[in-house]
Amino acid sequence: MTKTITDVICPFCGTLCDDLEVVVSKDGKKLLEVYNACAIGAEKFLHSQAEDRLTRPRMRQEDGSWKEISYDEAIEYTAKILTDAKKPLMYGWSSTNCEAQGVGSEIGEYVGAVMDNTATVCHGTSLIAVQDIGIPSCTLGEVKNRADRIVFWGCNPAHAHPRHMSRYSIYPRGFFTGKGHTGRKMVVVDPRVTDTARIADVHLQIEQGRDYELLDALRVAFKGEQLPDVVAGIPKEKIIEVADTLKSGRFVIIFFGMGVTQSLGKNHNIDAAIAVTRDLNEYTKAAIMPMRGHYNVTGSGQVWGWQFGFPFAVDLSRGFARYNPGETTSNDLLRRGEVDAVFVLGSDPGAHFPFSSVKKIYDLPSVAVEPHETPTTEVCKVHVPVAFVGVEVGGCAYRMDNVPIETRKVVDAPEGMMTDEEFLTRVLARVKEIKGI
Amino acid sequence: MTEYLIKNGFVFDPVLGIRGDVADVAMKDGKIVETNAVKNPKVIDATGRTVMAGGVDIHAHVAGPKVNIGRNFRPEDKLFNTRPGRGVERMQGGFSVPTTIRTGYNYARMGYTTVMEAAMPPLYARHTHEEMRDTPIIDQGAFPVFGNNWFVLEYLKNNEIENAAAYIAWLLRATKGYAIKVVNPGGTEAWGWGLNCENVHDPVPYFDITPAQIVKGLIEANEYLGLPHSMHIHANNLGNPGNYTTTLDTFKISEGIKPKGRFGRDQVMHHTHVQFHSYGGDSWGNMESRADSIMDYVNSHDNITIDMGQVTLDETTTMTADGPFEHHLTELNHLKWANSDVELETAAGVVPYLYSPNIKVCAIQWCIGLELALLAKDPMRVFITTDHPNAGPFIRYPRVIKWLMCQEAREQQLDAFKHKDKVIDATHIAGIDRELDLYEIAQMTRAGSAKALGLSDIYGGLAPGLMADVAVFDFNPNEPYVPDDIENAFSNAEHLFKAGVHVINNHEIASNGNKRTLWVDAKVNENPQVMRDVKEKFLRYYTVTLNNYEVSGHHYVPNPYVIEVDATQ
Repeated sequence: MTKTITDVICPFCGTLCDDLEVVVSKDGKKLLEVYNACAIGAEKFLHSQAEDRLTRPRMRQEDGSWKEISYDEAIEYTAKILTDAKKPLMYGWSSTNCEAQGVGSEIGEYVGAVMDNTATVCHGTSLIAVQDIGIPSCTLGEVKNRADRIVFWGCNPAHAHPRHMSRYSIYPRGFFTGKGHTGRKMVVVDPRVTDTARIADVHLQIEQGRDYELLDALRVAFKGEQLPDVVAGIPKEKIIEVADTLKSGRFVIIFFGMGVTQSLGKNHNIDAAIAVTRDLNEYTKAAIMPMRGHYNVTGSGQVWGWQFGFPFAVDLSRGFARYNPGETTSNDLLRRGEVDAVFVLGSDPGAHFPFSSVKKIYDLPSVAVEPHETPTTEVCKVHVPVAFVGVEVGGCAYRMDNVPIETRKVVDAPEGMMTDEEFLTRVLARVKEIKGI
Repeated sequence: MTEYLIKNGFVFDPVLGIRGDVADVAMKDGKIVETNAVKNPKVIDATGRTVMAGGVDIHAHVAGPKVNIGRNFRPEDKLFNTRPGRGVERMQGGFSVPTTIRTGYNYARMGYTTVMEAAMPPLYARHTHEEMRDTPIIDQGAFPVFGNNWFVLEYLKNNEIENAAAYIAWLLRATKGYAIKVVNPGGTEAWGWGLNCENVHDPVPYFDITPAQIVKGLIEANEYLGLPHSMHIHANNLGNPGNYTTTLDTFKISEGIKPKGRFGRDQVMHHTHVQFHSYGGDSWGNMESRADSIMDYVNSHDNITIDMGQVTLDETTTMTADGPFEHHLTELNHLKWANSDVELETAAGVVPYLYSPNIKVCAIQWCIGLELALLAKDPMRVFITTDHPNAGPFIRYPRVIKWLMCQEAREQQLDAFKHKDKVIDATHIAGIDRELDLYEIAQMTRAGSAKALGLSDIYGGLAPGLMADVAVFDFNPNEPYVPDDIENAFSNAEHLFKAGVHVINNHEIASNGNKRTLWVDAKVNENPQVMRDVKEKFLRYYTVTLNNYEVSGHHYVPNPYVIEVDATQ
C-alpha cells in the first residue's frame, strides 16, 4: 500500500510549484513517485532516496581522507570556528527554509559574520538596481490573469524554470486571458537561439553584452524619437515594431535572468529595464520580475530585510549591519583574504564561485551544511549532511514574486539526521555559551 | 510572576476617569489588580512621574511585504542610525522603515504596547506574520485588505451580504487576520489596468460596482459578523486637492448604521489618516485645509472614528495598498517607485518622500493633521497616528503630542515655514489656541484606540482586570516645563510593563517580552456556495493551491491571542 500526498511544494527553483503529488510508502519512509513536477524537480525528490547518501557529519583528516564524526562534534567545530574568527563568512541560505535563515542570522549577529546569499553571483545586481530606481512588479497570478505581452530577457525558462510558462506566463488561461497563449505576444531577447526563443512570436537576437543599448533604444522608440539604423544588432524597424507591440498591450510583463544581470553593464542593465517598465506605465500597465533561481533565495533576502534592512551582502562584523556590495560581497571578501572562516549552507559556491575564491575556502576553517556531496563539500573541512528541506522537513519559502509558501514534509529523513534548523539552533546555543551571552 | 506596585505617580486614565491624581497601580500575573491584592510587590517609585496604560496604535505599517520592500530598496534609510546589540537588545537599524527588532524596541520606548499592522495582503499573510513574530515586546494584529478582493466585489455587486460575511470569516481564519481593511475601494483593482476610481461613484472596470457599494457592503458584512473592530477605511482620492468631498461622501455611507456585537465600540467606520483626505482647492497652487468641514461631520456623527495621519516634516518612505496613488506620487517627485500587484486581492506601492518645511503643500498638510485633533470634540474618537511611515515615522508621536499640547511649539514650527503667511491663509491652525491635556492624550493614544478596536476589555486603561501594560514617563505635569520636555519624556519611557513583564527598566530595554499575535476567529453558518466559489477561484485563477493558502499556527503565529466571534445566529 502506498499513500499520495497532494499540494506538495517543489524545493528546486524560484517558480516554487505547489501542485506536486508525491507517492510514498505506507510507513512514510520511502518516496516512490513524483507527479506534476518538471524533470529537475522530480529528481530533487527522488535522489533524496539514494542508497549511498551520507547521513552523518564527516571531518577531513590531515591525509585528505574523511572521518565520520557525530553531530555533537560537528556542532562544536562549527561554533568554535565561528567564535574564533574575527570575520567569518556565512554564505548560501538559498536552499533552506526561512526558519533556518532566521536562526542563522542570530548566529551571524553574535559572531560578527558577513551574511551573504547566492544573489551575490545572481540577482544581486537586480537588487542594487531596485535600490536605484525601484521596481514595478506583481505576483505571478497577475501575469496569468491579465498579461498579454510577455518578454523574456536574458533568461531561458524552458530549461531553467521549466514549468514557468505553463503555470504562469504563456499558456495558462486566466480570468482576463481566456485565450491562453493565443492571446499573448511573446518576445524573447537572447543572443542564443534557445528553446524559449524558438517558441517566441519575436526573437530579438541581440549582440552579446549590448542589452543596455537595446533597452535604451526601446525607450527612445516609445517616445517616437530618432534611432540609428541598427542598435545592438537589431534593425531599427524591428525595435519600433516591438516597442509598438508592448505599448499596445493591456498588461506587459518583463521577466529577466542572468543573461542581463551578470553580463556587461550588470546592475545598469537592470536600471534600464526597470526604466523601460516605468515608461510603459505611461501608456498601459507594465511590470517586471527577476527570474530568481534557488527556491528560497528570495526568502533569505526577505528575512535579512526585516532583521537587518538589506537583502544580501550584510556585514555584521562591526556589531551592526553594513551593506556595501563590492566590499561586503562574498567573492570580494574571499579574494582579498578578508574572512577567516567560511560557513556554507544551502548553496554550492564550490561549483559557482571563481577558482580563486574556492581556493581561499579550501585554505580556511570551513563547514558545509548540505544534504548532497558537492564541489563545496569537497573543499570544506567539515561536511554536515542534513535533511532535505521541502522533502524531509517543511518550512517557509518565498517564490520569485515574493509570495511565501510553506513547503511540506513528505517522507522521514534517514534515522538520526538533523535538519538545518535543528543543527543551527544547537550551534546558536553553543555560540551563546562560548560567548557568555 | 513578580508582583509590581507603581507608587505615587500622576495617573492619567480615561477608563477609570483619573485626571492626573496621585495614585498607585498594582500588577499581578500579567493583569492590573487592586492595590491591596499584591502581597510582596516590587515597588517602583513614580513620584513626580506620569503614569499611563500602554499605548495602542490603531494604524501603522510595520510588518509585511511592502514594509520590507521599503527596507530593502532604501539602504540610505539605515545610514548613520544603526545601533549594535547590547545586553538583551539585538542589533537595530533604519529610520522610516526600521527593522522589526527596532520597531518593537522603539514602540516600547514610547510606552506603546499594542500595534495594529494596517494592511496585510492576504496572499502575503505568512510574510506579515513572520515579521510580527520577529518584532519583540508589542502585541500585534494585522488587517487583511478586502476593498479590491474579487470575491468581495462579486458578492457585493449582487448585494450578497451574508456570502461576503462568510467569505470574510473564512479569510480572517486563513490569514490569521484581525479586521476588515479597505484601501481605495475599487481603485486598486482598476490599477490592475493602470486605472483608478476617483470618487465613490466611479465604477470599477469590468466588475461594474462602485466604491460606495463596496464600502456600504463591507460595513454591513462587518456588523453582520459583529467583529471587534469596525470596517477600517482609506477612502478613494487620497492626497488630491479638493478630495474632502470624496471623504464626506465616504463618511455619509455609514449614516444610519449602528454597531452590533459584544465588543463595546460605538463606530461602524474607522477612517484612517484623514489628514490626507481633507484637502480643499482644485490644484497644488490653491490647495487648502478643509479640516473644519471634516471635523464638523465627525463631531456630529458618533458612529465614526478617525485617526490623524500627521505629517512630521521628515524624509520618509510612503507605502500603501493604494497602487495608483503611489504611481501618481512617483510622477510628482520622480523618486524610485516600487509596485506590487497581488492576484485577485490588492496591490501596493512604495515611494520615498521628503516632507519639507520649505514646501507650502507640506506645511499645509502639517497644519491639517493637527487641526483634526484640535477641532475634535470627543478625543475618544480621534486618534494620534502618522500613518507610519507615510506621513512620518511613528517615533515622532511624542513630537505630535508636543504640538497638540503646546501652542508655543506649534507657533515655533509655523514661524519656521518658508511660506508661513500663505500657509496660515490656507489653514485654520493660527486661530486655534486649544492645548490638549494629558488626559485627552491618553484618550487619543490609549483608551480611545483600544475601544475602537474592540479591545477595551484588555487594553487601554488601568482598571483591575486589564492587561498589565503600564508606562511610566519622566514628566511632572505640575511643574513648569518647556515644550521639548514633553517630547523627550514620551520618547523615552522610564519604565514599561508589558503583560506584567518589566520590559523597560530605568530607560533601558530589560526584556524582549512575550509578544502575542491577535486574530479574530469568526464562526458563521456553513455556506456551501462560498466554499464552492473559493475552490473554483483557487483552481482557476490563483497560482497557489487552496491547501497551500492558509497560514498555519506553529511557525507564523507561535503565540496567538484568538478572539472568537459567533455569528451563527
